[in-house]
Amino acid sequence: MKKVARKKFRLTKKVFSIPYILFLLLFVVIPLVLILVNAFLDNGNNLTLDNFKTFFTSKSSLVVLGNSLLVGVITTALCLIIGYPVAYFLSKMSSGRILVLLYIIPMGVNFLIRTLATKAIFIALGVELGMGTVLFGMVYNYLPFMILPLHTTLSGIDKSYIEAAQDLGADKATVFLKTTLPLSLSGIFSGITMVFIPTISTYAISQLLSNGKIFLFGDSIQLSFEQGMYGVGSIMSLVMLVFVLLSNFVMNKFNRNSNAVRRSLW
Amino acid sequence: MVKEKIKGFFEKFYLLVVLAILYAPIILLIIYSFSNSSNFNFDNGFSFEAYVSIFKSDKSPELWSAVANTLIIASVSSVIATIMGTFASIGIFNLGKRARRIVENVNQFPIINSEIVMAVSMMIFFVTFSFPEGYLRLIIAHIAFCTPYVVLSVLPKLESMDPNIYEAALDLGANPFKALTKVMIPIITPGIVSGFVMAFIMSMDDFIITQINKGAATGINTLSTFIYSDARVQGLEPFWYAIFSIIFVAVLAAVLSINLVKISREKKKNKEKNA
Repeated sequence: MKKVARKKFRLTKKVFSIPYILFLLLFVVIPLVLILVNAFLDNGNNLTLDNFKTFFTSKSSLVVLGNSLLVGVITTALCLIIGYPVAYFLSKMSSGRILVLLYIIPMGVNFLIRTLATKAIFIALGVELGMGTVLFGMVYNYLPFMILPLHTTLSGIDKSYIEAAQDLGADKATVFLKTTLPLSLSGIFSGITMVFIPTISTYAISQLLSNGKIFLFGDSIQLSFEQGMYGVGSIMSLVMLVFVLLSNFVMNKFNRNSNAVRRSLW
Repeated sequence: MVKEKIKGFFEKFYLLVVLAILYAPIILLIIYSFSNSSNFNFDNGFSFEAYVSIFKSDKSPELWSAVANTLIIASVSSVIATIMGTFASIGIFNLGKRARRIVENVNQFPIINSEIVMAVSMMIFFVTFSFPEGYLRLIIAHIAFCTPYVVLSVLPKLESMDPNIYEAALDLGANPFKALTKVMIPIITPGIVSGFVMAFIMSMDDFIITQINKGAATGINTLSTFIYSDARVQGLEPFWYAIFSIIFVAVLAAVLSINLVKISREKKKNKEKNA
């Protein structure tokens, strides 16, 4: 008798997930479906493919996409070049685990505030706002996203591999290139995706740091919706979604838990 | 030997330079928050004027209502997210393998998705089904991006829980409700608390989703959208230097103390294990 009752309860406990499943369907899944639907609708709600034509033939929207990808690639490269040595040097120190926190903490402050602070300093220094300041702002904002996964991977490498390479006669450069670097690839990949996707989709940072001169993909998504061009905005969102899914696919391949970096701060 | 020393020095120097650049804007802003000027000089001498103006400026009422909105939205949405997320985790934990995988993947989506896409998708949804503008839209949107974090911090606790404890409670005559509230919930409480804290912080920190869903006509601002609307147009007044400095110090203190507690707790655990 008792066993039956228990089984029943185990079954009924599934019910607890129903409110949230409904919530997810309603407020996460349906909105994304609506984006897909809106991509095929014109302003009078008729089916059309014009939005695709508008987006893929309009020079300005492709220029914005190109610019965003360029800013994304440069930012990611700079973060990797600056961040890898930081993560590597820290991983060799005994107190590296605590010290790495110092590099992550600024991420806890709202990005808008950090961006405005850097902007105020550029203005005070008389630096002209443009591509240079935008790139600085991006690297400044996203460097921690690169350092953390790299540090996690690098400090997780078993030291005996490195000792083995040394014992077998490899010099320091060879040890690094043939042992440490290949073993840290998963960290490199998750760092790259963690920086690249937020960079190309940022909203507001590039506008603020270039006085509205440089417009990135996130800004133009927002702008097309603000101007009521839901169709084109939806297509841009779909393009963005493709990037998100691709990067997530890559990330999952290399590192299962890396999209939790932001959470690990708290 | 000398070479090693130079190398060690170079490494430390590099680490320090990067650290200095990361903190320079923050520290400069804090220093000049005492100058009552927005041009990074002490021409007006040292003063607390900027801090006083938080209370006395003509923008103070707007500022305080933005602070209030931020706290109201964060509290309401994080409480609802925590309750819904906790029950959802218990439910998800008991789902069949396939159903569970699907739900967990959808749960991941608000986290991996780019914020701007999430924001506009909700906006289309609210417009299409004509939800009333204002708090309702904002709170629903905040619950949507906060709950996944609650689920992600409660589920692992359920997984690491010894199922025998719960069964034992039932065998000892507790009814399922009692076994849930007296046995299961206390065990997963650390996960619930950290989920709640995370949801609250995520909600307070949000800018993009709030900015796009707040609706122009309502005049509702949270702290971040108020900063954006004000500082974007006019640049930073001394008033903002003071507010940013307070936020910097508060956040740095919070993150540092939470993480130090975490680390010392882990150390203690390791010691116990070794003993």
